[in-house]
Amino acid sequence: MAAVAETKEVKKIIDLGLEEGAKKLTPERIEKTINNALTAMGGARLDAYVSTCIHCGLCSEACHYYLSHDGDPHFSPVGKVKQTMWEILKHKGRVSPAAIKQMAEIAYTECNLCRRCSMYCPFGIDIAYLISSVRRMCHLLGVTPQYLQDTAHSHSATMNQMWLKQDEWIDTLFWQEDDYRREIKNLTIPLDKEGADIMYSVIGPEPKFLAMLIGNAAKIMHVAGVNWTFPSFDGWDNSDMAMFSGDQEIMGRVKRAHFEAAMRLKVKRIVMGECGHAFRSVYDVGNRWFGWKMPPVPIIHAIQFYYELIKEGRLKIVKKFKEPVTLHDPCNVVRGRGLQEMARYVINAICEDFREMSPNREHNFCCAAGGGVINCGPPWKMKRMEGNRVKAEQMKATGARIVITPCHNCHSGLEDIIGYYKLGMRTKFISDILVDAIEVPEAMKVKK
Amino acid sequence: MEATSKLLEQVQPISQQSVPSSSYKEALPATPKKAGDSFDWDTRKKLIANTDEWKSKFSEVRPFNVSGDGEKIGSVVQTNEETFTVCLNGKQWEETYEKVWTLKFKNDGKAVCLVMKDNAWTVAVDGLQWKEKFDYAWNLQIALNGRDIGINIKKDDHYGVCLDDKPWTQGFADVRNLFISPDGTMSAASVAIKGLAEADIFGFQKGVWTVAVDGTPWDKNFVNVWGLAFSPDSRHVAAETRINLYDYAIVVDGILWPQTFKCVCEPRFSTKNNVIAPVKIPQGWTLAMDGKPIWKTFVQLWPPKFSPDGKKIAAVVAPDFGRWTIAVDGIPWKQTFSDTVLDPVFSPDSKRVAAIAKESKDPMNMGSSLHSIKGNDRWTIVVDGIPWEQDFDMIWDPVFSPDGSMVAAKAEINGKYCVVANGKAGKKMFDTLWSPVFSPGGDKLLIRGIQDGKYYRYVLPREEI
Ligand code: SF4
Ligand code: SF4
Repeated sequence: MAAVAETKEVKKIIDLGLEEGAKKLTPERIEKTINNALTAMGGARLDAYVSTCIHCGLCSEACHYYLSHDGDPHFSPVGKVKQTMWEILKHKGRVSPAAIKQMAEIAYTECNLCRRCSMYCPFGIDIAYLISSVRRMCHLLGVTPQYLQDTAHSHSATMNQMWLKQDEWIDTLFWQEDDYRREIKNLTIPLDKEGADIMYSVIGPEPKFLAMLIGNAAKIMHVAGVNWTFPSFDGWDNSDMAMFSGDQEIMGRVKRAHFEAAMRLKVKRIVMGECGHAFRSVYDVGNRWFGWKMPPVPIIHAIQFYYELIKEGRLKIVKKFKEPVTLHDPCNVVRGRGLQEMARYVINAICEDFREMSPNREHNFCCAAGGGVINCGPPWKMKRMEGNRVKAEQMKATGARIVITPCHNCHSGLEDIIGYYKLGMRTKFISDILVDAIEVPEAMKVKK
Repeated sequence: MEATSKLLEQVQPISQQSVPSSSYKEALPATPKKAGDSFDWDTRKKLIANTDEWKSKFSEVRPFNVSGDGEKIGSVVQTNEETFTVCLNGKQWEETYEKVWTLKFKNDGKAVCLVMKDNAWTVAVDGLQWKEKFDYAWNLQIALNGRDIGINIKKDDHYGVCLDDKPWTQGFADVRNLFISPDGTMSAASVAIKGLAEADIFGFQKGVWTVAVDGTPWDKNFVNVWGLAFSPDSRHVAAETRINLYDYAIVVDGILWPQTFKCVCEPRFSTKNNVIAPVKIPQGWTLAMDGKPIWKTFVQLWPPKFSPDGKKIAAVVAPDFGRWTIAVDGIPWKQTFSDTVLDPVFSPDSKRVAAIAKESKDPMNMGSSLHSIKGNDRWTIVVDGIPWEQDFDMIWDPVFSPDGSMVAAKAEINGKYCVVANGKAGKKMFDTLWSPVFSPGGDKLLIRGIQDGKYYRYVLPREEI
C-alpha cells in the first residue's frame, strides 16, 4: 500500500464528505473502482501525459498555490500529480483509504483546474485533465467534499445549483419584471417565448442571491431591442458543479436539459450570463460528454454579447464609470475561449479609468475559487485564502478600487480575498456598470 | 423492421407481470376523435382579427396564440398599469388580473391560462376561474386528449398537482414537473417525500424522491427520479431512477428492473405495455426493452418513439462522436448530421419517419469570435434518411398528411415564416405563423398566420402551398 508523501505541515480540516466517504472504503473496492475507471477512461490520453512528463518542474511557477506557499513543492502542479495520479498508476490502484482521502483533498481543494500550468509546461501537459481524472475516481469511490457533493445533488434533483424549486425561479423573474417596470415602460422578462432569437441562461445563484443581475439583463435586452426569452421550466441553469465533483452522468443530464430547453424554445442562440465555469461546461466538457462536438445551439458568453451590442451600436454608452477599475480575466473564458480582447473593448467603452493587472489576459492568475474549489464550502475557505496571496498582491498593485469579474466564481472568490487581505476594493460584474452606462431612450422611461 | 414486432411478442412486459391493475383507476375506453373532423375545411380565407388594432387599444400586447382550428387568436394584454387580461378575437375577458401567463387552447377552442388575483393563483378557462386557489401555480398542461388541464401547485409550503380543479390530497416537500395520462384522468410527478437540512448529503443519498400518481407516492424511494411516462392505456407509469450515486435503472409502477446501468434516459411504453429505454452499458448506449438490450450500441441514444401501430421504434442516435441521425429498429440512416437531430415523427400509417436536423456550414465555427455567423446554422427536415434540398434559418416539427405522402412544416427564412411542403417553400409569407394542419382527407392544409397585423385562417389545397 502506498501512502501520499508528506511534504507539508498538515492542518487538519474536517470535511464530513471526505471523512465518512473514506470510512466506507476497502482496499479491494478502491483497486476495483480505480481500475474500472482507468479502463473506461481509455487510458491513452492519461498515458501520454504521464509518460511525457520529464519532471522538470517548469509548471511550478505557474501555480498560484505554489507561489502563495513560497514554493512548497506539495503545491506545484507536477507535485500534485505526483501525489495523486502517479501514485494511483504506480500501484495499479492499490492505495489505502487514507491515501484516497488525501488525494481527494489535493484534487478538490488545491487545484482550480485553471490550466495556467499547461501554458508553462514545454509539452503542454494538461494537469487539469489529470486532476479531473483523480476527481472522477474520488467521485466513484464516494470521497467528495460535503458541500460540493451537495451542490451536485442539487443539480441532479432540480437541474439547478441552488435547490431552487420551480415556482421560486418563476417568481424571481416576475418580481424582477415588476421592479424594472417601475423604471422602464413595458419591460418584460419573456417566459417560454417560442421562436425568440435568444434564450438567456444564468446560474442558480442569480435567482437565489443576485436577482438584480436578471433585472440588469432584462434592461439590457429591452433597451437593445433583443427578441429573447427565459425557459420557465428546468434547463435555465447553465452551471455545473457535477462536472467538478466528477459526476459526469449528472453533468451530461444537466447539459441536456439546458440545450433541450433552447431547442424546445426554437431559439437561434443561447446567451449566458457572466459565468466562467458554466461556459466551460456548455462549450467544452458537458456538451462533449453527450456526443456534441460543438454546442447544438450556438452559445455565447455575456462578454461576447455585450461586445456585439456595443460594437453594433445597439447600446449607446452615455455615462462612463469614473472610478479606477481593473479586470480579472476569468480562466474559463480567457484561457478557455480567448475573450480577453472583447472584455477590454467592453470595459474601455464603459469605464474611464481601466488599469491592467499584471500578468494579464491568458497569463492571469486564477481566483482560486474556480474548478469547484469555492463550492467545497466553509471548511476550506481559509485554505483557499492562503493559497492565493499572489492574487491579492496582483490586485493591490493596480491601484484600482473596483475589480471587474465577468464570472460568478471569480466574483465570490475575489470578494473573499479582498476581505481576507484587506485590500479595500469591491468586485463588480460588467452588467453592474453597463446598465448605468447605457442610454435609455426617453420614450422607454416611465414618467415619474 | 420486423425485429421490433418479433421482440415485442417474445418479451413479457414487467408492468403486466407485477402490478395489479386495480391499483390504479380503470382506464377509460380510448375514443380518439380527431380534432380536425369538425373544422371548417371549405372557407378558403378568413380574416379572424386585426391584431394591430389591439396594439392601439391596450398598453401592452404579449405574444399571440391560436386555437387548433384556427378560429381564435388570443393574447395576454395589459388593461391599465396594474392589471392584465386576455383578449380573444378582439374581445377582452370581463375579469382582469394582477398577472396572466401561458395562454393555451383546448381542443374545444376554449382559452386556458394561469391567472393571479388577490395574490392567489389559479386557472382561468374562457374567463372563468377554477374554484381552487393556490400560493403558486405553473407548468400549465393540456392532456393529449385536448380536454383535461393540469398544473403544478404550491399551497401552504406544500407542493402538489391539480388536475381539472381537483388538487392532490397529499402535499410534498417538492414536486417537479407533471405528466398527465393520455386519457386525461390521472397525473403523476417526481416528488420529494421530505425536505433535507442544508448539505445533508447522507440523507439525500438514502433517497427522498419517488413518483406520486394522483398524489399517492410509491412505497419505494430513490436517490433521483426523472422522466416519467404513462402507458398508452393510462394504467401504468414508468420512470428513470438513480438508486445510488452510480447505478441507474428503470422503475415501472414502483418496481425496479432487475438490471442496473451506468446511465438511463426516459422510458416509453409500447401499446402492449412493454417498456423501452435508452441505457448506457460499457460499450456505449443501447436500447433496452424490459431490462434487456435490443439494439447495437451508439455513442448516444435519445428517448425512442413507437410507431402508431406499435410495431416500430425510432430514436435519435449518434453512430459516431458528433454525428447524429435517426435509427429505426436499431438501424441508423446512412446520412448523419453534424450538429443535432431532433425527435423522430412517424407518419400516421407508421411507414415513414421524419425529423428535424441541423448542420452548420462551419461546424466548429472557431473563426467567429461571436460564434454567430449569420446563416451558419441551417435547419431542415429529413424524411426516411433523405434531407430536403432547401435549408432554413429555423424549422418546426414535421407534420405528415394522413396517407403519409406529404410532409409539411413551418419554417423561418430571413425573419419571415412560411409553410414548407415536401421540401418546397410556400409562396405565402407571414410575420407570425403556427404549424400547418392537414384536413382529415389529406387534400387540404389549414394555415394559421399573421400578415401585416391581420390574423388569417387559410384552407388551401395541398398542391397550392
Ligand atoms: S490550480 Fe491551475 S495552475 Fe495550479 S495546478 Fe491546478 S490547473 Fe495548474
Ligand atoms: S512542466 Fe510539464 S514536463 Fe515539466 S514537470 Fe510540469 S508537467 Fe512535467
